[in-house]
Amino acid sequence: MQKIIKYVIIDILRNKIVIGYTLFLLAITMSIFNLEDQSTKGLLSLLNIILIVVPLVCILFSAIYVYNSSEFIELLVSQPIKRSTILLSMFTGLSFSMVVAFLIGTGIPILLFEPTSTGITMMGMGVLLTLIFVSVALLTAVYARDKAKGIGWVILLWLYFSLLFDGLILFILYQFSDYPLEKAMVGVSALNPIDLSRILVLLKMDVSAMMGYTGAIFRNFFGTQYGFWIAIAVMLMWAFIPLFITLRKFKRKDL
Amino acid sequence: MIIASNVSKKFGRLKALDNVSVKLLRGECVALIGPNGSGKTTFIKSLLGMVVPDNGFITFNEKNILHDWNYRSRIGYMPQIGRYPDNMSIGQVLSMMKDIRKMKSSETDDELIEAFELNKMAHKRMRTLSGGTRQKVSASLAFLFNPDVLILDEPTAGLDPVAAEILKQKIIREKQKNKLIMITSHVLSELDEMVTEVMYMQDGQCRFHKKVDVLRAETSEDRLTRVMASIISKM
Repeated sequence: MQKIIKYVIIDILRNKIVIGYTLFLLAITMSIFNLEDQSTKGLLSLLNIILIVVPLVCILFSAIYVYNSSEFIELLVSQPIKRSTILLSMFTGLSFSMVVAFLIGTGIPILLFEPTSTGITMMGMGVLLTLIFVSVALLTAVYARDKAKGIGWVILLWLYFSLLFDGLILFILYQFSDYPLEKAMVGVSALNPIDLSRILVLLKMDVSAMMGYTGAIFRNFFGTQYGFWIAIAVMLMWAFIPLFITLRKFKRKDL
Repeated sequence: MIIASNVSKKFGRLKALDNVSVKLLRGECVALIGPNGSGKTTFIKSLLGMVVPDNGFITFNEKNILHDWNYRSRIGYMPQIGRYPDNMSIGQVLSMMKDIRKMKSSETDDELIEAFELNKMAHKRMRTLSGGTRQKVSASLAFLFNPDVLILDEPTAGLDPVAAEILKQKIIREKQKNKLIMITSHVLSELDEMVTEVMYMQDGQCRFHKKVDVLRAETSEDRLTRVMASIISKM
């Protein structure tokens, strides 16, 4: 398994997208921290950028990478290697390189400018989001045989998680504003890992006071140690359930 | 050595394999013959576990291949169209395969690599290679690990006459080592000196699987081309 992970990582490093992604994150994070005089404010702007950029780059790059290495997969499948080893190596290689890129790109500046628990939470969320979106990308790439179709799906999924879901929530809240939905919102937020990580970071920042009654409910739940770890567990499930489904499908896929 | 029982596979509505049952033994050199789209490649791919049959099962040395992956270390496979990672060089592909298969350089069979002079082009990237050179890489990889079973899907298609002859001589030498060799080809004349059995497929079914000598006697023809022509005209 390590050998295949090694070849996957060598291959990823050879195409320079990941290096570009690292430099891009580094440039953005550095400039935000240098522009804002108060680093907490900088962290808030950084949060919004991370929540858009990290999922998009991870899901697109991973999906395209899997499609482009179809030859490599085909070559490995005819060799004495378990199929699950092949898939897990691809997942490990991809998420390892994306996590390292994220940690260099944003982790180092955060540790330099804002080494608080908020900063660390944000780094953790970025890592979890990376794992989640790499695993969702693998799921899509294994199910959709056609590359154009797969990449279309990946973009749609990203749109759904970062824009459409929030729109839907707003719509439901507005339509049912007569009902006490605040408590249900805690459960609904688990349906979107991006929202979940946004809530967890915001609660660390004390700006949640501005989120109104729902914010208070969120604070009551996620603000506690217990709620925080439940949220982390939900995020981990978002990473591993798609991976598990992918693994089951990939084992029986015709190549 | 390899037994396939009632193997069926559908791609959508198309029946690629329809109840194929065969028994392939050590020391045989089987020619897998059939028109285009008759399921030859699908059959080969299901032997390798690249295609998972809908029905039926395949055993390798009495072990079902569905739950076993290690059997593939004893198979050398040369695909019809070799597809390799574009930005790797020939040398990198060869050393990666040796690394994955965990075989020492002293144990590998480098005869074809030397005969095809691949070492001289080891730095060339796979995407820049011509179809024939790719075939040479595929052939070298298939023989590299000295496997008990060789599965060759149209081995000489795209090779120049000199390279094709080198490969043919290599196949004949390997056959004498009591290995199981399976070859598909549309050029029947080149199979003449190699094969001992013929497996004929059509519409996903195995129409017959017989020894060449038996077929020769049945049709009273000598050359494989004529033998097959006379059988197909009677079918």
